Amino acid sequence: MEQPAQNTSSGVDASFDQLNRDWYIDKAVQVLVFLGGISAIVFIIGIFVFISKEGFGFLVGDFNFKEFFFSPNWRPTSESKETFGILALVAGTASVTGLAMLIAIPFSLGAAIFIAEFASGKTREFLKITVELLAAIPSVVWGFIGLAIMNPIIIETFNVPVGLNVLNAGVILGLMAAPIMTSIAEDALKAVPDRYREAAEAMGATRWQVIYKVVLPAAKNGLLGAVLLGVGRGFGETMAVLMATGHSINIPTSVFDSVRALTATIAAELGETAAGSSHYQALFTIGIFLFIITFIINLAADLIVRGVRKG
Amino acid sequence: MFEATQLNRKNKTRQRMFSIGLGSMTGLLILPVALIMGMLIYKGAPVISFEFLFTSPTNGMTAGGIFPALLGTVLLVIVALLASVPLGVAAAIYLSEYAPDNWFTRAINLAIINLAGVPSIVHALFGVGAFVIFFKFGTSILAASLTLAIMTLPVVIVATRESLQAVPMAFREACWNMGATRWQTIRSVVLPNAITGILTGVILEVSRTAGETAPIMFTGAAFFLPLLPQGVFDQTMALSLHLFVVSTQVPGMPEQLPFGVALVLISMVLIMNSLSIALRMYLRGKKKW
Repeated sequence: MEQPAQNTSSGVDASFDQLNRDWYIDKAVQVLVFLGGISAIVFIIGIFVFISKEGFGFLVGDFNFKEFFFSPNWRPTSESKETFGILALVAGTASVTGLAMLIAIPFSLGAAIFIAEFASGKTREFLKITVELLAAIPSVVWGFIGLAIMNPIIIETFNVPVGLNVLNAGVILGLMAAPIMTSIAEDALKAVPDRYREAAEAMGATRWQVIYKVVLPAAKNGLLGAVLLGVGRGFGETMAVLMATGHSINIPTSVFDSVRALTATIAAELGETAAGSSHYQALFTIGIFLFIITFIINLAADLIVRGVRKG
Repeated sequence: MFEATQLNRKNKTRQRMFSIGLGSMTGLLILPVALIMGMLIYKGAPVISFEFLFTSPTNGMTAGGIFPALLGTVLLVIVALLASVPLGVAAAIYLSEYAPDNWFTRAINLAIINLAGVPSIVHALFGVGAFVIFFKFGTSILAASLTLAIMTLPVVIVATRESLQAVPMAFREACWNMGATRWQTIRSVVLPNAITGILTGVILEVSRTAGETAPIMFTGAAFFLPLLPQGVFDQTMALSLHLFVVSTQVPGMPEQLPFGVALVLISMVLIMNSLSIALRMYLRGKKKW
């Protein structure tokens, strides 16, 4: 096609070869991008396989279901008797995540409603960009903020001896999770078709009535998805809770108690264990537990959000 | 004549109340972080100098600069991008241009969401189990970068897929009607129209990769190294881990120095993100369809 054929028969051959080659390249690319496409599945399975492989020895050996989940004693290096109970670590993670959500859920939903329904023009653009930038702050910087800025503030304000505690980590984690929840919740509100709003406004509803009676119920699932993803994020956060919780194994009775989270335990102890020891394998077993929990949370969020798209 | 009834007035005040209330909630979300950033700049800025950026730490890290950590972060990001950008773009091309709407594609999407949602420390465990031990890379730049690449893969995939899908279907149809194959269409029509969008995703990934700490702690980043890395099988220092180390692990640390490290790290990340946002807005203004 590109070059005029000098001799009819070979010209036909050349163009045939060209077409053939194009066809093979096309098929080869299709296979290549397909491999790229399935890589995500391969990696998810790979993550599960490799952490299970490293934790396997503990699961079939020292693992004791009752002790692991119901004992508050995490003493992996004890001389007399090693115990591997993660109850106190779960309590640490739960208390910090819970407090973070108490702070983040109302504020991020409020902010999402404001950005999606009230703000307009330049204000809206500015707020969206700010929220996006806030979400980008690395977790180790948040941890440092907890350590260097929040810690003295808490000690001074509440007159407590230690400022690295549930309160500190909860506030830090709340500030961290809020921007992400805000932008997902805002997407969910924006996904409600404008004709819903117009129909309600045509009936004489005020802006707030439209939001409260029409937009929020319609976006309910998306908002729930946003909350769940925020919970998942808080649950899996590592550096910030490692640096801001005070790192003592403890079932907290007040927000001023220091705790230790599941993720932080792995981060703090993995470097000090010998590969293959039961301590090392127990840390990988915590990893399996974290993987399964976050998998369930993400799956649930996805199903809930998909539900609203179909409806 | 129409006059505002009591109900109208009540509704109006109520609406104003909600608007102000929700607006101040938004403000309360942003204000503390703005104050914190102000404090980081106030305390960190005096530390930062040409010397701070381009010399090695001295005196057990209590003095000197951050050059090895800065260089290490750049190396980690480059190697991670080399792995994840081709893979992520391929995955996005598959999802946008080839994938049928069936259970298998949904499974891929679910895997992408999960890859983004798995805790960073679990990615670290995976990196240790797979790259450090199984593939025998040892604790090295290669192992750390591959761990980071897998963790940030969803960023590239999602951004690329969005910009590919933003190319109108009619462009593709026109090209197919000329007798072009699928790949010719993608290469000559779809990708050129989506390249800036892909670039925003890549910049976002640079920012994510540079800020991550947990995944590199056990796979290739070291607390302190006297020498710069010579190849991808060496360990390296990294800025994010350096912030953790100087703020928690070193006794007798002068109060200001960690603020300087934090400020450099956060400036790097926020500049990258602003660049990505600016590019996106420029693109939106330029778009003709």
